[in-house]
Amino acid sequence: MADDVLFEFLHMEMVSHIYKEQASRGEMDKDRATCVSALEGMGFRVGQGLIERFTKDSPSFKDDLDIMKFICKDFWINVFRKQIDNLRTNHQGTYVLQDNKFSLLTQLSSGKQYLEEAPKYLAYSCGLVRGALSNLGMDCVVTAEVSPMPS
Amino acid sequence: MYASTQFFWRFTESSLDFMNSELFTLTYGALVTQLCKDYENDEEVNKQLDKILFAHALPVFPLGYNIGVRLIEDFLARSSVGRCQDFRETADVIAKVAFKMYLGITPSVTNWSPAGDEFSLILESNPLVDFVELPDNHSTLVYSNLLCGVLRGALEMVQMAVDVKFAQDSLRGDNVTEIRMKFIKRIEENLPAGDE
Repeated sequence: MADDVLFEFLHMEMVSHIYKEQASRGEMDKDRATCVSALEGMGFRVGQGLIERFTKDSPSFKDDLDIMKFICKDFWINVFRKQIDNLRTNHQGTYVLQDNKFSLLTQLSSGKQYLEEAPKYLAYSCGLVRGALSNLGMDCVVTAEVSPMPS
Repeated sequence: MYASTQFFWRFTESSLDFMNSELFTLTYGALVTQLCKDYENDEEVNKQLDKILFAHALPVFPLGYNIGVRLIEDFLARSSVGRCQDFRETADVIAKVAFKMYLGITPSVTNWSPAGDEFSLILESNPLVDFVELPDNHSTLVYSNLLCGVLRGALEMVQMAVDVKFAQDSLRGDNVTEIRMKFIKRIEENLPAGDE
């Protein structure tokens, strides 16, 4: 079933709608931060709901690392159709998840000038992760970065 | 808004496909919630989800329509369905191929008008409304209006102007969900001279 395509299109439309909506209201003082937090907030609620579904039959997690591994594998596969490529931690509460081919960004051309636009397309996903972790008992801050691939 | 943190689970077998469709369903729910916050009334939200083609209308942001115009390309690439000969064939392709491909359901095609230009899609179940209940103060919200926009946008890209609307909505108390589709006219292809 091609519903991942449906989600990708819906996501693009959502991002575009939120930004146009802010622009049309002429509230120039409300900059992109509001848009990003609106998207992030939507992702948060959905993330909470999704994680409840995914884990309702599984045993509870041993520790934070176990939770992060679940996010990197099962959660990421269910949401983005692949696993996280690389997980790093400083064992002091910071985890870095690296996805080399993030499905919601593959439609953007690669090229430095589009890097600025990337945060718009990452806000929802950050919310998803933050929502999922929040329901698993982890309060956290989720940020995302995009770096150009070496040519 | 609706039962946001209390999801009413339905029993189904778990599978990768099913879980992924929840992402779409839940995302759509979050979007509709956001729209309800942004706009004062359900009528406005309904418009945002679909699209109004009137020239004099306030600028509306045609969510469903925009998705439809892109989705058709994806659909044609995936399904290798040829050009439909008539509206009946179009109806069958929409119900049996497109709906199945993207939403995992196969609505039935019924209630053809005598002229053959209007039909209904009957959805026994509507995946968009899993986990959703409409609260009383949103009884005119056409929650799944995105679908109307998507169908309109997609068909416009294959030169068909259609009118699409919900005739019955399980979310608002009907037994089934019924989408009524009416063929308006064929859109002439406006290609600049010199293009293929």
